[in-house]
Amino acid sequence: MSTTEVAVKTEIEAKLIPIYIMGKKYEVPETLTIMKAIEYAGYKYIRGCGCRGGVCGACSTVYRKPGDYKIHVGLACQTVVEPEMYLTQIPFYPAIRSTYDFTRLSGQAEEIFEIYPELFRCVACNACTKVCPMDVQVMDYIAALKQGDIKKAAELSFDCIQCGLCASRCMGELPQYHIAQLARRLNGAHLTPPAEHLKTMVANIEASRFNDGLTKLKAMDTETLKKTYQEREMEPATAGEDWTPKDNQYL
Amino acid sequence: MKISYYPGCTLKTKAKNLERSALACFDVLGIDYEELPRWNCCGAVYSLADDDLLHIIAPVRDLIRVKERGHDTVMTLCSMCYNTLARANELMKNDEKKRYTINTFMDEEPDYAGEVKVVHFLDYLRDVIGWDKLREQIKVPLNDLKVAPYYGCTLLRPREVALDHPDNPTIMQTFLETLGTTVVNFPSATVCCGSYQVLGNPDAALKVSHGILNDAVKHGAEALALACPLCDYNLGFRQDAILNNFPDAREIPVYYFTQLLAVALGTDPAVSHFELNRAGSVQLLKSKKFISGTAS
Ligand code: SF4
Ligand code: SF4
Ligand code: SF4
Ligand code: SF4
Ligand code: FES
Repeated sequence: MSTTEVAVKTEIEAKLIPIYIMGKKYEVPETLTIMKAIEYAGYKYIRGCGCRGGVCGACSTVYRKPGDYKIHVGLACQTVVEPEMYLTQIPFYPAIRSTYDFTRLSGQAEEIFEIYPELFRCVACNACTKVCPMDVQVMDYIAALKQGDIKKAAELSFDCIQCGLCASRCMGELPQYHIAQLARRLNGAHLTPPAEHLKTMVANIEASRFNDGLTKLKAMDTETLKKTYQEREMEPATAGEDWTPKDNQYL
Repeated sequence: MKISYYPGCTLKTKAKNLERSALACFDVLGIDYEELPRWNCCGAVYSLADDDLLHIIAPVRDLIRVKERGHDTVMTLCSMCYNTLARANELMKNDEKKRYTINTFMDEEPDYAGEVKVVHFLDYLRDVIGWDKLREQIKVPLNDLKVAPYYGCTLLRPREVALDHPDNPTIMQTFLETLGTTVVNFPSATVCCGSYQVLGNPDAALKVSHGILNDAVKHGAEALALACPLCDYNLGFRQDAILNNFPDAREIPVYYFTQLLAVALGTDPAVSHFELNRAGSVQLLKSKKFISGTAS
């Protein structure tokens, strides 16, 4: 660069606001997510952070606001800080996950009742639904299971990211999300028609349909492999249902 | 006007014969109902501890769902659901302080003050349909079937929620007469079946259950009609244990009142799921030619 003039100022000034992390006050830029604010305040994550994209459930956070008795929740990586919030992350909450041999289960409600008898300790307090950062109707999926409706529970709990906050609040001490996971497994294995295209695909694999492609990839040196990867044809983000790649020899 | 129907968990699992037979009757009788959306288990037992409001939350939440639907009546089939919902409703109607606490706790729901009416299918038949109207609909009168009406506790106690006179009820008797049966009244009709004692003290429960069945048999009953899945468990399902333990015990079919109604209304016996009753139950109805020989 030849000029000594200061280039366009690219930084945008963000107002600092006070937040309380585990009771200690910090001034942080108001535009940050809770996760970035915690890092800004000087903490370093070794747990309680995973995808940073709102899907892994590692960063569940509870907070309160001044003059408001309500418990608020959010994923630290997705929730923007608010002035005067008192927060703490709850990266893990103990919840019993029962051991079972899935291959011996057949998709009966009674199987869930046996594996998780605490299901019937639910008193419908609704604390779980109120605390779920994914807006899952937790109480309703527990209710569905008590009624033996595995499919409904699987559908209602579909958005669960296993953060564990529901279990932290449960009056009946249930591990709701583990129970829901069992319901979704049973639903997938026994209550949903098997996908026909999957059968075809497995048959194709077994008939060595993809062997030559894999052999070619395995024979490549690192540079060619990288180049091949970088130049691969990707499905555009806006592609419609009927999009197919130009090279469809393996479809 | 449409009413809300509250099934209860047991009717969706172990007591399908109670629900399915009743729903078939609703259709024949033209009852305009809707299964309550987002209903929750009522808890099955009304908590008697004065400060235990937590166990009142579930039934009240169900009543709020009824109100939200814009319905003024919720109908139950299981007598325990009836009892729990009706008592929670009384509390919300009459106890101002507890109503306040419960409404404040459930701040995500609209306030509730007992606006909904809780009914059982039996009193709906008596008060809304009427025995005479019901009689007109009977296609297969259950003539000569000697049935003992068994009430148990929860339809009659406590007094505030009793469907009928708590000591001297006649509602089930009139119901059974309307179906054409020969009603066999017996002193144990309102004696507790043993209820949840079957868990903590199964021998004691077995003894009371045996006493009730024996009493019915002694008075000439061929069958028992009841309205509660727990009664059915103690008096029906546990009959093998009773027969094994008491030499004077005799097998006696036990039906949900809705199953007898469904048969009398001429519905397909498949809707009554007699396979969930004791084997002898369907045989008796076949031998009386109320249902054809092929039904299981
Ligand atoms: S259901 Fe429970 S574990 Fe799943 S996302 Fe909601 S609060 Fe988290
Ligand atoms: S928090 Fe627990 S007790 Fe309360 S509604 Fe949810 S599962 Fe039931
Ligand atoms: S509601 Fe809160 S304060 Fe009241 S008994 Fe329960 S935990 Fe304790
Ligand atoms: S008789 Fe027993 S099971 Fe039936 S309602 Fe009474 S206590 Fe319950
Ligand atoms: S880090 Fe994965 S959800 Fe926040």
